[in-house]
Amino acid sequence: MQHLLSTAELSRADAIDILDTAAQMAATQEREIKKLPTLRGRTVVNLFFEDSTRTRISFETAAKRLSADVINFSAKGSSASKGESLKDTALTLNAMGADAVVVRSAASGAAHQLAHSGWLTGSSFYGSDHPGVAILNAGDGTHQHPTQALLDAYTMRRHLVGPDALGQGLDGLKVAIVGDVLHSRVARSNVWLLKTLGADVTLVAPPTLLPVGAETWPAKLSYDLDATLAAKPDAVMMLRVQRERMGGGSSAFLPSAQEYTRLYGLDRKRLEVLPKHGIVLHPGPMNRGLEISAEAADSPQSVIVEQVANGVAVRMAALYLLLAGKE
Amino acid sequence: MENIDINQAISLMAAEILAATPQVNDIVILGIPKRGVPLASRLAASLHAKAPGFNPGEAIGQLDITMYRDDLNRQPTRAVGKTETPKIDGKTVILVDDVLASGRTVRAALDALYDLGRPAVVRLAVLVDREVRELPIAADFVAIALPTPDNQRVSVRLVETDGSDDIIISPAAQATSG
Amino acid sequence: MRSNSFRLANVRPYGVEPVDITVTNGVISNITPVSQETGHPGELPSDDEFWELDGKDHILLPGFVDLHTHLREPGREDAETVLSGSKAAALGGYTAVFAMANTNPVADTAGVVEQVWRLGQNAALVDVHPVGAVTVGLRGEQLAELGAMANSRAKVRVFSDDGHCVSDSVVMRRALEYVKAFDGVIAQHAQEPSLTVGAQMNEGVVSSELGLAGWPAVAEESIIARDVLLAEHVGSCLHVLHVSTRGSVEIIRWAKQRGINVTAEVTPHHLALTDESARGYNPIFKVNPPLRTADDVRALREGLADGTIDTVGTDHAPHPVEDKDCEWAYAAFGMTGLETALSVVVKTMVEPGLLTWADVARVMSVTPARIGRISHEQGRPIAVGEPANLVLVDPDAKRMIDPRAQATASSNTPFVGTELPGKVVATFLRGTPVVFDGVLSATS
Repeated sequence: MQHLLSTAELSRADAIDILDTAAQMAATQEREIKKLPTLRGRTVVNLFFEDSTRTRISFETAAKRLSADVINFSAKGSSASKGESLKDTALTLNAMGADAVVVRSAASGAAHQLAHSGWLTGSSFYGSDHPGVAILNAGDGTHQHPTQALLDAYTMRRHLVGPDALGQGLDGLKVAIVGDVLHSRVARSNVWLLKTLGADVTLVAPPTLLPVGAETWPAKLSYDLDATLAAKPDAVMMLRVQRERMGGGSSAFLPSAQEYTRLYGLDRKRLEVLPKHGIVLHPGPMNRGLEISAEAADSPQSVIVEQVANGVAVRMAALYLLLAGKE
Repeated sequence: MENIDINQAISLMAAEILAATPQVNDIVILGIPKRGVPLASRLAASLHAKAPGFNPGEAIGQLDITMYRDDLNRQPTRAVGKTETPKIDGKTVILVDDVLASGRTVRAALDALYDLGRPAVVRLAVLVDREVRELPIAADFVAIALPTPDNQRVSVRLVETDGSDDIIISPAAQATSG
Repeated sequence: MRSNSFRLANVRPYGVEPVDITVTNGVISNITPVSQETGHPGELPSDDEFWELDGKDHILLPGFVDLHTHLREPGREDAETVLSGSKAAALGGYTAVFAMANTNPVADTAGVVEQVWRLGQNAALVDVHPVGAVTVGLRGEQLAELGAMANSRAKVRVFSDDGHCVSDSVVMRRALEYVKAFDGVIAQHAQEPSLTVGAQMNEGVVSSELGLAGWPAVAEESIIARDVLLAEHVGSCLHVLHVSTRGSVEIIRWAKQRGINVTAEVTPHHLALTDESARGYNPIFKVNPPLRTADDVRALREGLADGTIDTVGTDHAPHPVEDKDCEWAYAAFGMTGLETALSVVVKTMVEPGLLTWADVARVMSVTPARIGRISHEQGRPIAVGEPANLVLVDPDAKRMIDPRAQATASSNTPFVGTELPGKVVATFLRGTPVVFDGVLSATS
């Protein structure tokens, strides 16, 4: 692996390697001394064009636990006309000698461009890779957020396959992903990763929040959450739904927030339909009372808090696998 | 190499360890992956045979040193192995590895160990000591002393990992650390 | 520069029988089939300036007419000027181009269109015909002074808000009606704006995977459907710019069968490229309308071959590097096309046998000249007595597309690094060889 840009590019072997490595990383994070010397002397830049304190802190913690030097570069004001362009920022980072760039952007494809545009070499020729700098996609627009999907998969494997399930995928598990699939990089990342790991994915959303073209994705599509839950999924992942997509204007995707909650919210009654071993995931931040009720979020079946902790381990694994080897 | 009985060598080493360590209850055996782990099991079994008070089930573990290596960026990415140890605070930890050469592995193991706790004593037991010194590190217990020049490579094969017990000396393709 | 009196030996008009052609003072004076071996046309001018060229069996066509060029001047001279765009056009085999109105200031007054027209006259490499805006400021609300532009020295006949759609049905109806007074034509950029808010690429399988906001085919098709019905209702004529979907082709086919006076254009890039190009997120492939699916490309090629689509227009849209060297969502829409159009048509239409060279002349010269109301001087037959607006094409030459070697001031060609067939050897504007041996003539 040279970069981590999209789960669609991950082979099953690579994906399982990341999960297995994350398991070892997680073990080190239960110790009193959590810091490892592994990436001493390496520089990781967190390049965030979009506010996301949670993801940035998770990556920052992961890099620091591996003893990398961390530079946080927050470049808000994301439109090309305002602020510094991605290209100029890339040139700056290269001048600073970054070994890895963790990039978050509102623009789909930003991480891919950083990896493949040649900007990091100062070349304007598209298609020339920079030999040294690893790019980690920390969320690009509505495209991908691969470490989120990996931490979701890690969490599912721990709970549903076994705490020590090294070398194993998620074969045969039934996973329902519910909510605003259209605008969700989490959904896109999960669909391809879960498919690669052998899980059986159903996307559940109102038709307006499923993208045209999703019928070709490696997942089943459903408009009916109750029917999907009746099929006893092993894991239910609730996606965050933006309030501004509901009600109000002609550009709204749904009549109202209340109708969404009634049809697609995970409330107490729907939680009871889940099999006993079934788990509830959410990438956060949650809209309690909208896509997920407090009972569901706080239930013993919820692994939402654990997802956050697993995020550090998975990001440590990704940084280790991208940076620790020979250049 | 012919006529080497690894188990016999381990048995002799176990006797040495017992002679040097009066409190068998304080002993913790930590194998360094990959081949230090089965060697640690054999050593523990041998200790138990000689001193039934030593309970291997509670005194054996493995210490992965991958993330502490000083040559990570000279090699293709290595898989991180598992670290699993009993409590080591105040114990007599015996690190077990197959071959001691430069001492770099042991240096990494000591760093890894001290991130896990604070043993009272740390000893080093190796199956083969090549007697190459790059760091001020020496083994406390050596099963087989096998001085070999830099241009040779010593590989240990074990039944558990390789199907048979053997020690192979071959011309080194490249310098190895161990 | 060489004079406008010369003889072209051994060239093939429309790609058929080889002839020798004599041009005297910019007008074709003699055409003799090579097979007749008379070899020498009667009255050669005894002028010292007379010259001859061995045409080497190359193909001779009427000079191309582009109804759809963005020359960017006034306002974005960093992207293109009338002069640099004229050079690019001449190198591409064009003898006339229509400059779209989305300049700054917008070409919505007689003053601006006359300025563009004058710049074209000064460049003197191709005939530059300004397109007038349909509405003030391209805002789609109030008709611009179409009559004043028509009566200006630029004699504007083609009106378009290109870059924006005249989306308001009443405004579109009025525009279609109003231009009847001076035989004008409305060239519509068909894009329903409310269906394409924030849209980045064709809505379909690829957009769903890439997470780029989708641009549905229906946003184009619904406007075309409305506009052909409006044109029928008011008895006017409509020209549909850059048709990009199968549905659009089918609606236009239906409209023509019904007798509606509609013409349609396709761009070279929509004939050649699909939305799969977006997978690398290289904004060089970002264009309006977006690149569509392989099935749409097939329909466009069929439509151009069967005459449903009338013309190939470049939609040459130069942009400075910084407007393309950024994230996809922030990048400008558009591609350059003047210097690659012929080659793309050869590759996508001629080589597969969908168009003959006579058809190429029809879709790239004759019909655009007719739609642009300039068929008295452009898109003329290759015949004695006709003005020598001609292009000589080497159909067998292959060339690697390199933006640095192009005359356009911008480098946003999607064909960079690809090899394309066909090369413009010479372009003659009223007999003057503005391009000779594949390069611009010295004094231009």
